[in-house]
Amino acid sequence: MVKLSPLSPFAGLLPREVGSLRVTEVDPGPVHWIAPYRSGLEGTAEALGAAGFDWPAPNRWTGGASGRLVSVGPGQAFLVGAVPPEIPGAAVTDVSDGWAVAALEGPTVREVLARLVPVDLSEQAFGADATARTLVGHMSASVTRVGEGFEVMVFRSMAGTFVEEVERAARSVAARG
Amino acid sequence: MRLPCPHCGERDLREFTYKGADLPLPEGPDWGPDWEAYLHLRRNPAGETRDLWYHGPCGSWLSVTRNTATHAVAESRPAREPGS
Ligand SMILES: [Zn+2]
Repeated sequence: MVKLSPLSPFAGLLPREVGSLRVTEVDPGPVHWIAPYRSGLEGTAEALGAAGFDWPAPNRWTGGASGRLVSVGPGQAFLVGAVPPEIPGAAVTDVSDGWAVAALEGPTVREVLARLVPVDLSEQAFGADATARTLVGHMSASVTRVGEGFEVMVFRSMAGTFVEEVERAARSVAARG
Repeated sequence: MRLPCPHCGERDLREFTYKGADLPLPEGPDWGPDWEAYLHLRRNPAGETRDLWYHGPCGSWLSVTRNTATHAVAESRPAREPGS
């Protein structure tokens, strides 16, 4: 019998170091897209609040090591790294396998991302609890500030392109010395 | 050029897709000058225009009123909400 073993989205592509930029794969655990029905936002926030998660403001995330609730659109959030409770007022979709997640760290991380992401990621504009649905090159992405670095989510099918684009940007930043 | 998304705030033009003029639908199903104007006639103003834009990253359809001569944006609201 053929035995299938799972491959992670960045298998064979990450980790990678270019100049002083470190790019590593993140296993986010379960990822659920929580989209409250019209007039279901209050009940959704309540159900998640009872489970210890505060509904995030636009462009913000809440939580911590035990799971993050990340704003990803008008009245929508991703619960990353935790299984959501029963939420009667929302459409909850398991999207764990649909996303590739990478952590970018190092002193040049903002310079590298500035070449790809059309959002101001500076310390002043993009604080410790900031997140943005935006672009990485031409790819739709979710960029989240985590500690001193960033976690970037792209569609799993884009994992190869993502690594290529980040590497090219990192190389040209490194070449400037 | 930058456009404000009511959810995400001000964002770069690269994140948006132009979706055409935002015009009120003519009344009634019968063909006539109103429908022809709705489908075919555009003013191309040097001044105020109201258009539909799609903010891809957050999935919002927006109705944006802006000035083509000054780039000033007078209003940006979710297209699903009733307008002024
Ligand atoms: Zn938006």
